[in-house]
Amino acid sequence: MNFTFTQDQLDFQEAIASMLKSEVTADTIRARWSAEAGLDDAFLAQAHELGLNSMLVPEALGGLGLQATDFILLAEACGEVALPEPVVESVMVSTPLLVDILDQGLGNADVQRVIDAVLAGEARVAVGHSINPCINYADSADWFLLADGNSVYLVPRDAVTLDAKKSVDPSRRLFTVSFNPDSQFLVADGDAGASLQRATLNRGALATAAQLVGLSKGMIAQSVQYSSDREQFGKAIGANQAVKHLLADVAVQLEYAKPVTYRAAYTVGVSPTRADFAVSHAKSAAARTALMASRNCIQVHGAMGYTWECDVQIWAKRAWALAREWGDEGFHNNRIHEWLLRKNALLGPEFTFGRGSLTDVA
Amino acid sequence: MELMYTQAQQSFRSEVRAWLSENVPNEQLPSFDTAEGFEAHREWERTLAEGNWGMVTWPTEFGGRACDLIEWLIFEEEYYRAGAPLRVNQNGIFLLGPTLMEYGTPEQKERFIPAMASGDEIWAQGWSEPNAGSDMAAIRCRADRDGDEFVINGQKIWSTRAVYADWVFGLFRTDPDSTRHHGLSKILVPLNSEGVTVRPIPQLNGLPGFAEIFFDDVRVPAFNLLGGENEGWRIAMATAGFERGLMLRSPARFQQASKRLVQLYREHGSDVIDPSIESAVVRCYMDAEAYALSTYQTASKLCSGGSIGPEASCNKIFWSEMDLLIHETAMKLLGARAEIEPQTAAEFAELGTWLDGFMFAQSGPIYAGTNEIQRNIIAERMLGMPRK
Ligand SMILES: Cc1cc2nc3c(=O)[nH]c(=O)nc-3n(C[C@H](O)[C@H](O)[C@H](O)COP(=O)(O)OP(=O)(O)OC[C@H]3O[C@@H](n4cnc5c(N)ncnc54)[C@H](O)[C@@H]3O)c2cc1C
Repeated sequence: MNFTFTQDQLDFQEAIASMLKSEVTADTIRARWSAEAGLDDAFLAQAHELGLNSMLVPEALGGLGLQATDFILLAEACGEVALPEPVVESVMVSTPLLVDILDQGLGNADVQRVIDAVLAGEARVAVGHSINPCINYADSADWFLLADGNSVYLVPRDAVTLDAKKSVDPSRRLFTVSFNPDSQFLVADGDAGASLQRATLNRGALATAAQLVGLSKGMIAQSVQYSSDREQFGKAIGANQAVKHLLADVAVQLEYAKPVTYRAAYTVGVSPTRADFAVSHAKSAAARTALMASRNCIQVHGAMGYTWECDVQIWAKRAWALAREWGDEGFHNNRIHEWLLRKNALLGPEFTFGRGSLTDVA
Repeated sequence: MELMYTQAQQSFRSEVRAWLSENVPNEQLPSFDTAEGFEAHREWERTLAEGNWGMVTWPTEFGGRACDLIEWLIFEEEYYRAGAPLRVNQNGIFLLGPTLMEYGTPEQKERFIPAMASGDEIWAQGWSEPNAGSDMAAIRCRADRDGDEFVINGQKIWSTRAVYADWVFGLFRTDPDSTRHHGLSKILVPLNSEGVTVRPIPQLNGLPGFAEIFFDDVRVPAFNLLGGENEGWRIAMATAGFERGLMLRSPARFQQASKRLVQLYREHGSDVIDPSIESAVVRCYMDAEAYALSTYQTASKLCSGGSIGPEASCNKIFWSEMDLLIHETAMKLLGARAEIEPQTAAEFAELGTWLDGFMFAQSGPIYAGTNEIQRNIIAERMLGMPRK
């Protein structure tokens, strides 16, 4: 038992986090809002150079063969800067789904081709799931993994129809995606398709949980800064207990959302079919924390927090959106609720890490 | 105690209902934070005024109906029931109007009240400054006496509706040697005066719902001084007390919202799997009723000659937190679609205006005195807890 990150993992996180902090700022994010494609190609190229696209792809397929626990801190760092591009979703959700399809001997000739293009930084893949009404940045995807019933399809851009929806978060580019479920695009159906979709839901929920943790960190940091700079009644507003407590309350929730998210990343890596409980816990806790952070951090900024000019909106609105994507708090609480009431549920302290952590116990 | 409406109150309700059903526009007006919407709302104020429904509590000589506060509550209930437009005139009729009635000279009343009532002059409030937010006594914007004029220099901020409004009322420092809440006066300034610059400030939803106002040697006649010179603080507190106390947010607003929430819950009941939503819906409905009951109690007290005390600060916290819960719960009910800003009629039919309401609810615990400041006031003035 060792619930820490390795030095390598921490170093990699630090490298990526510092790159993110210099490249992805409130100003560059606002610049995306008025840009045609709404994304920063130079940034995406840089992220590719750093190996993000290949991180979670097995070595046998030409990737780095790393695990979700290697990526989870990077996902958090992406949330912390409120990165608009769906890098986390791409690394943690769409690429692993392609890998699953290949691993299980499913799919068609396109799957290998698309993975190769992703590894080369030449293709972007978006994932649709019945739990999400829209797909973010669908307009810049080259390929779509789409579900219809139990079946999963890999569909090229020119075979889908996009219908734009306006998100409250100006960084998000939402589209509903429709397509004709033609057999030439089919990559999995029946139980295999359903199980791919279940795994995808967990990866999506984990990807958003990690970003929500990062978003909360980002909002707290901005608010601590503001409450130290802004003075009223001859002293920093942060000197007032009421203001301190607004942020301390979020900090407490955040500290208890992090380890839950890390356990979920571990579980998704080593035991994906048993990950529902861990993932739902992570998504629920991270969403709750980030929604509280957005409310309290707007409050700390006073009227300033209610303006378009104030950067807190970038983080707060993302939190409102991600808290509900890939299942909201209610959905995930309900999954836990059902699990707890199962006759054979593994309840009690010795099962915190599941049955797998107890192999030597008779 | 007699919790029954009188015959007269019931016929008043019928009269209001009948008039509103004849006159409320069928289509929802565009937001009054747009130029077009502002004028549409001004037009609606004219319609209200023509029917003498603009401000029912005002004396008949000013176009009112001399109603008491219970009748005002009944009017508000019918108003929200009818889905009538939000009041672009709110700052004038609810806040400045009552102050004018109490402190204005007969000439000032004659000059300002009819134009306010008709919607010809719409008012913004100018209290806050960049360095005077929660600490309003830090106001620096100066109004220097020069013969029978004041010369105003400085800046106000967060002035709601100032982008399209005609006048602003607020507090200015008239005694240059004064500090804190001494030496301030309440002055009325036309926003088209020479030297006034209004810079719109977009809010969370992108619309310029408030503005910064810059004053550069702006001259207004001393006639525009409301109440005694250097006595503005006391008068402003009367307005602030009124705002927090009663009229700013009438209970019907939240009772209608919580009723719509129940409706939303019924529509989505089958896909709701989160039991916390069920209890939140119930809580919202109960809170809206509790708020109504408390307001009826306060209104009854005022009708029988009592006054509003420090307990009014409870009201601001209660309604703003309730409004958050109502809208957070609606967002939960809409789930992943809650983030979508409706653009088409079909999207509006499905999503309503919950998202915009949710954003606006974020500001409730901030404006009209932040909830942190209100909690301090409750603790110190109502409960008598130590100040230092
Ligand atoms: C939608 C909206 C409309 C508005 N309309 C108007 C208007 O028409 N006219 C007008 O004049 N103003 C208006 N305001 C401004 C409003 O009155 C101020 O926002 C409010 O007084 C708080 O001031 P501030 O924004 O400067 O926040 P600050 O005073 O900077 O406060 C920031 C944070 O610190 C906290 N804080 C500060 N001091 C203390 C303390 N001593 N103890 C505990 N906590 C403290 C606050 O509670 C808040 O959380 C509006 C504001 C909003 C959001």
